[in-house]
Amino acid sequence: MALAAVDKREPRGAGSEPVVVEAAAVVRQLRDPAPPPGEPEDEAPLYAARRKIYPQAVHGTFRRIKWAVLVVTLGIYYLLPFVRWDRGPNAPSQAVLIDFPNHRFYFFFIEIWPQEVYYLTGLLIIAAMALFLMNAVAGRVWCGYLCPQTVWTDLFCAIERWVEGDRREHMLRERGPWTANRLARAGIKHFLWLMVAWWTGGAWVLYFADAPTLVKDLATLEAPFVAYAWIGILTFTTYALAGHMREQVCTYMCPWPRIQAALTDEHALNVTYRYDRGEPRGSVKKNAALLERGFPAGDCIDCLQCVYVCPTGVDIRDGANLGCIQCGLCIDACDAVMAKIDRPPRLIAYDTDLNIKRRQEGKPPQQRIVRARTLLYTAVIAIVGVVMLYALATRTTESISVIHDRNPAFVRLADGSLRNGYTMRIVNKQLMVREFALDIRGLANVSHEFIGVPGSTDGRRIVEVGPDQTREVRVLVTGRQATMPPSTPIVFEITDIATGLQAQTSDYFRAP
Amino acid sequence: MAQERDVDKLSGTATTGHEWDGIRELNTPLPRWWLWIFYLTIVWAIGYWIVYPSWPLMSSYTVGLFNWHSREAIIADVEELKAQRGPMVQRLAQASLQDIVADENLSQFARAQGRPVFLENCAPCHGGGGGGAKGYPNLLDDEWLWGGRLEDIELTIRDGIRSAHSKQRQGSMPAFGRDGILKRPDVEAVTDYVRSLAGLGSDPAANLDQGKKVYAETCVACHGADGRGNREIGAPNLTDAIWLYGSDRSSIIEGLLNGRGGMMPAWAGRLDDSTIKALTIYVHTLGGGVR
Repeated sequence: MALAAVDKREPRGAGSEPVVVEAAAVVRQLRDPAPPPGEPEDEAPLYAARRKIYPQAVHGTFRRIKWAVLVVTLGIYYLLPFVRWDRGPNAPSQAVLIDFPNHRFYFFFIEIWPQEVYYLTGLLIIAAMALFLMNAVAGRVWCGYLCPQTVWTDLFCAIERWVEGDRREHMLRERGPWTANRLARAGIKHFLWLMVAWWTGGAWVLYFADAPTLVKDLATLEAPFVAYAWIGILTFTTYALAGHMREQVCTYMCPWPRIQAALTDEHALNVTYRYDRGEPRGSVKKNAALLERGFPAGDCIDCLQCVYVCPTGVDIRDGANLGCIQCGLCIDACDAVMAKIDRPPRLIAYDTDLNIKRRQEGKPPQQRIVRARTLLYTAVIAIVGVVMLYALATRTTESISVIHDRNPAFVRLADGSLRNGYTMRIVNKQLMVREFALDIRGLANVSHEFIGVPGSTDGRRIVEVGPDQTREVRVLVTGRQATMPPSTPIVFEITDIATGLQAQTSDYFRAP
Repeated sequence: MAQERDVDKLSGTATTGHEWDGIRELNTPLPRWWLWIFYLTIVWAIGYWIVYPSWPLMSSYTVGLFNWHSREAIIADVEELKAQRGPMVQRLAQASLQDIVADENLSQFARAQGRPVFLENCAPCHGGGGGGAKGYPNLLDDEWLWGGRLEDIELTIRDGIRSAHSKQRQGSMPAFGRDGILKRPDVEAVTDYVRSLAGLGSDPAANLDQGKKVYAETCVACHGADGRGNREIGAPNLTDAIWLYGSDRSSIIEGLLNGRGGMMPAWAGRLDDSTIKALTIYVHTLGGGVR
């Protein structure tokens, strides 16, 4: 639908015509797309070359929200690696750190081991449901305000407008020859873009090592090659995606618009052109004259400001559109125009087609935020959130796992008794050295041998595990009975001798 | 070509001339960026020919400017690994077996070193877990033909058994039946007697007295009067629950008739000293090692 709309508005050859045309001419073209003579209209090419977009500066509520979101999200992204968090001498003091060499993830007071990566699964479920919930309440909130592609593109557009001038100035200069002025501006723009992109890549690698140290190493060219490689990769992707590809990422590369379109319903608020109020559109004078003579006339004066400010170049007045990221900038643009012509604001607003129809029928508009799907998404978020919080709150700092020897599962000794071998791994997730007493229960008349663990004075086997480390202990259990059942449950237990905290696991004693 | 090119009016692209139900196939050229990358990869490949070994010649191959060789690359990698492990391997080479066991770090390192060596060299006969097989001793149990102390195990690994090594130890069960030393009834009688030594049930009709007599005349030299064997010469203990070739009557008769002779290769020379030490510690801690 979006493509068809674009095709109608852009007859072939439009790119070679002067870009700045009189609004009325555009409107005529919009209304009466003249098919080339002798060819039926439906034979238009399926391919449409990209039309460069020059988003115009805009001021208003939604622009201010977008600036705020940009400052907050980018601020977090660029500065978070430098936030410190004291964990004592045995762990890094960086608040957020993905420590690949030591297989740890630190997030303020949380420390995650690789086997606890299911927390990530929970986070991903919550993230997906939050995305769905946003979509059910107010459409593409993510796309319009929060998505990194949107935020960085916004930043790059702001730099572009600052260096190259606003839409009109920029377009006029690009139509002209390559002067020194144009060359200088283009050079400065690309330099600034690359600086931002480079800083973006630079901030990324800081999440994987101690940030201040890495900054120093990067500056003195002593950082590992992989850090420079990642900075290079992310500099390139940021520069390409936010500087050059922009809305094409949203329209062609990102799957979310397609998924979003399948998930939405008629009650979700969307940035909507209220055609009930706007149509028929026309110039201020013409519409005033029409009204005077008793003909219907809308508030839309066809000034195209909504199109000029749009970062994806869509015309919101065409209705729901796959290209529209619903950033609300057209609302700001239209409100400014409405104020000038003394009409009420929000000709474009967060609304639904359903409400437009209801107003046309004389019914009051309806706002249904509490619906089956919003309740469902909220419930899933709440349930997964509670489960994760519970898991995090009850997370143990010691654990034990045991692997039974296979091949052979049991050994017959010279005196006829049977022995099973186990490899025991003791996990200490606390940031200090701990001593654990080892116990094996569940089998009478057996002897235990812990290889490499000396016995203590009172006969208990004590094993020391380093801070935030694991230790492997080989255990031999010998049954003294003449005959034993093929499989007997057996429990391995560790007890922190300082705190009494325990962990246990079970396995089996095998016999022929 | 004489044939006129059919150009699609709308796109301005030539067609292939094929048409199916009014649908014509455009002969769209490959995108230029794609072609350039393709050409670039060809140029890149030529670069490879020049710097790396690539073209086969009659009896050799083009060496390339980098003089790179996959075998040398592996050797470099192995050297790097050796350098990384060097200090620990050095300590391993200098320490005695007892010292290694006493040092927690060193014994842990030795076990970690020994395991892959065991899997590479020993597992084919003794099994990945050291459980052995018929004729190949189980290394997890506490019965050892040639002794289960650290030094015994090291010696067995180093020099082997019947290994053709200059310091090899010999130990074999003679073929009493085949060589005509014992007659069949004597073989059966001594089989029953030996099984009774191990507490294995015997036929009430068995002639244990005759068996005892044959044992005293023939077997006692190696296996001892009480049947407990002799680790000096690798003679197995006949009174315990462990039977390398099986404890059933027919297996023992087979051994008496045709003899037995296990063979352990000598690893000295094939594995270096510190590796043999690591392997010794590993085998010793599998569970059967005698302290």
